[in-house]
Amino acid sequence: MDRDIGNDPVMDMFVFETFQLVDQLEQLVLQSEKANTFDTAEINEIFRIMHTIKGSAAMMLFNNISAIAHAMEDLFFNLRETELLEMNYSKLCDLVLGGIDFIKVETAKIKAGQDADGIPDQLLDNIHEYLTSLKPGEESANLEESPPATIQLDICVEENCYKAVIFFEDDCEMENMRAFNVIHKIEDIATLIQYFPDDITENDDSSLVIRESGFEVEFATHRRKEEIENFFLGLAFVKSIEIFELAGDQEEKVNYTEGNGYKTVIFFEDDCGMENMRAFNIIHKIEDIARLTRYFPDDITENDDSSLVIRETGFEVDYITSRSREEIEKFFLGLAFVKSIEILEVAEEREEKVKGSSAVVESNNSEIAGKDTVVNSIAAKKQSIISVQLNKLDKLLDLVGELVISEAMVTKNPDLSIIQDLENFSKAARQHHKVINELQDIVMSIRMVPLAGTFQKMNRIVRDMCKKLNKQVELVIAGEETEVDKNIIEHLSDPIMHLIRNAIDHGIEPVEERIASGKPAVGKIHLEAKNEGGDVWITIRDDGGGLNREKILQRALEHGLVNKMETELSDQEIYGFILLPGFSTKQEVTEFSGRGVGMDVVAQNLEEIGGLVNVDSKPDIGTTISLKIPLTLAIIDGMGISVGKSIYIVPITSIRESFKAKENEVFMDPDGMEMIMVRGECLPILRLHKIYKIETPVREIHNGIIMIVENDNRSVCLFADELIGEQQVVVKALPRYLKKVKGIGGCTLLGDGRSSLILDIAGVVNY
Amino acid sequence: MSEIMDQLLEMDEDTQKGKFLTFIVDKEEYAIEIKYVTEIIGGIQTITEVPEVPDYVRGIINLRGKIIPVMDVNIRFKKEPKPYGDRTCIIVIDIDDLSVGLIVDYVAEVLSITEDNIVDPPTDRAGFNNRYIKGIGKVGQSIKLILDCTVLLSDENLAYCKESV
Repeated sequence: MDRDIGNDPVMDMFVFETFQLVDQLEQLVLQSEKANTFDTAEINEIFRIMHTIKGSAAMMLFNNISAIAHAMEDLFFNLRETELLEMNYSKLCDLVLGGIDFIKVETAKIKAGQDADGIPDQLLDNIHEYLTSLKPGEESANLEESPPATIQLDICVEENCYKAVIFFEDDCEMENMRAFNVIHKIEDIATLIQYFPDDITENDDSSLVIRESGFEVEFATHRRKEEIENFFLGLAFVKSIEIFELAGDQEEKVNYTEGNGYKTVIFFEDDCGMENMRAFNIIHKIEDIARLTRYFPDDITENDDSSLVIRETGFEVDYITSRSREEIEKFFLGLAFVKSIEILEVAEEREEKVKGSSAVVESNNSEIAGKDTVVNSIAAKKQSIISVQLNKLDKLLDLVGELVISEAMVTKNPDLSIIQDLENFSKAARQHHKVINELQDIVMSIRMVPLAGTFQKMNRIVRDMCKKLNKQVELVIAGEETEVDKNIIEHLSDPIMHLIRNAIDHGIEPVEERIASGKPAVGKIHLEAKNEGGDVWITIRDDGGGLNREKILQRALEHGLVNKMETELSDQEIYGFILLPGFSTKQEVTEFSGRGVGMDVVAQNLEEIGGLVNVDSKPDIGTTISLKIPLTLAIIDGMGISVGKSIYIVPITSIRESFKAKENEVFMDPDGMEMIMVRGECLPILRLHKIYKIETPVREIHNGIIMIVENDNRSVCLFADELIGEQQVVVKALPRYLKKVKGIGGCTLLGDGRSSLILDIAGVVNY
Repeated sequence: MSEIMDQLLEMDEDTQKGKFLTFIVDKEEYAIEIKYVTEIIGGIQTITEVPEVPDYVRGIINLRGKIIPVMDVNIRFKKEPKPYGDRTCIIVIDIDDLSVGLIVDYVAEVLSITEDNIVDPPTDRAGFNNRYIKGIGKVGQSIKLILDCTVLLSDENLAYCKESV
């Protein structure tokens, strides 16, 4: 397909799907490697993935991706063959992961609008080399790429065509996979034409069909019947076989060299409606370029229900034409409402064999001798999940935010105070409020994404690093189902990755050292997430050597970072130094760490989303790093407090209590810091009007209100003029123009249309 | 006011070239390129003060659900702050997706100044603080000072500065 035709939605879909599939594949491979075995179900899954990638990449004309996918398929095909053999999974996984990386890079390029121009030759060579080394005894033909596309037609003429019905041994199970094996093998001796059932790779139920009525293969070869028979019976699990000669095929095929027979499956756009009429339109139009021989469903003019069939499985047309494939494709895609098409053609590229999606083929085999499929598997696949552009969701969230505000504008409207009897209004308002709340919950929940994806990615990092550093580390993941706002997740991947890298590189000791100190040889890293209040905690805990307190302190002193007495520094404060940019105690810079950038990335990212990093460590027992992350950035419950003319919002989750203080309860230390004793706890008082220099008549402690706020186990008392009341606020970032103000987390709009600032309690507590 | 806004809306990209919106700050008439102007708000609405920002940033306002910072151009140009009155306007400008409101004494008109009527500001006269001025436009007998919006918005005390360098 011409890339110009590939309109954006298709491309987007391809990129999205490929990323997803590749991720899935990566997980599978890593799991299998861990278990040091590939079980059949996994291999089948891998096959399915590789196949989809190969198919859609070929359709989008990304030949390098489809080539690598094909090679990877070969790898697993061989793996299945050599099931019982002792083999080097690690090497295999390296190859596959290399391939995965290649596909990822290329897909990323496509996403960025560049050409996917990577050259996979090196990888392909590696894979082939590996395959050859794996089975030195076998014919090399098995390993080679299938011969180029042009040969078929003339060869076919000289060859005899056969149809074989193969029965497998009764209890062999997984007939579809055996069948797949057969069609793979058959390439060695013959040209495959078609087989039935043709959905063996996608559909496990095809096993049943094969068990019942055998697996039918049609192929062309110049070998003799006996040879073929022997060949089939030599295959694993084959019980019996029937071979028929198909005489008629030859002539027919010659005919079609003049005008090729095609079968095309057409999918219409999802919401176009009246599919049967669109289809009718097509059969009308097609007469311009080809001779129509058949279409399905064939009752489109009489039966409106045929629309449903077309919507589900596409509209099939068979026709004969002398035009080239590209022309046909262009023709179809040029028709109104056509979303995607699959063209199945008379004998072409053998390499691209299988991707049948319709079982109707056999009823019409006179026209279709070989199959080549350009599949838009995306269109054919039905998903119960839809992917939505994030900015649409953002917009929705914004709108809901506005709705919350405008609701407050209505229900708290000053005009209402004139009316005496508001009973009906209040009733309606309550109902309204309920609905809006629900709407808001739903919108928020749409944006919530489990951390699993982010966590799973770490497996790969652990694996790769262990190999390079020659360490043994096991990653234990818990709480991956914890959900976090999508915006936040984007900020988490990097920090977690850096922390895991650090844990492996610095934390976990080399095997010998571990054994010497009486630890198990395999190090453990726990990656956990849990909900706590309005926050999510992610902890990364290793059982390595722990941080070197002295070294960090010494380093901090060298850099002039310490502005307190050494003895006054708490362990946590000292460990906190490692979060500063450029701070590294490591002598050499390695591939993985040592430049002191990683922890800075962690701190930066966490700051951006309003989270916190906590470092704790015990020598020889390990290091624990906890990340505190707000559940969502979008809508919070807040308490309004007024200071002078300004109104500040304090997040409800950080408020402990508020009360009126008496003047004599407050005392002052020599630095002028006011303090108050609350139930035996001495808390500092922060006067908001003082720190933010706001004019207010309320300066006496007993005139205002004291609010105890807590963050991260530290509490302070805020002194404000008065409490305004509780309300839900939509958090908006401060305009980019203003620099970050300490203690201000963002701003919001109040019900009366005014804007107000939201206090960031973490910042306030450390004021 | 509304006519000026209508005029603004009628113009598309092409016709915006060479057009300027002029406004008065402390007797002087300034002009900014129309392409930066997104809207003009007549009258002053409630401004929420933000602590720890330069004094000319008066705070933030709610512009139909969007929160934008506003600066008082009088104070920005180190003039005496003026009380806000009926004619006081907020001109919302948008540079690189950054919206900022400019509080000005009043908005004058939209006019065209052709390039040959624009001269460079004097560069070496002492005491003339011209870093905000990108050019001087002549329209008939009167003089309009053409503002460089980017410089106007940048300040070492504000985050935007970092991005503009």
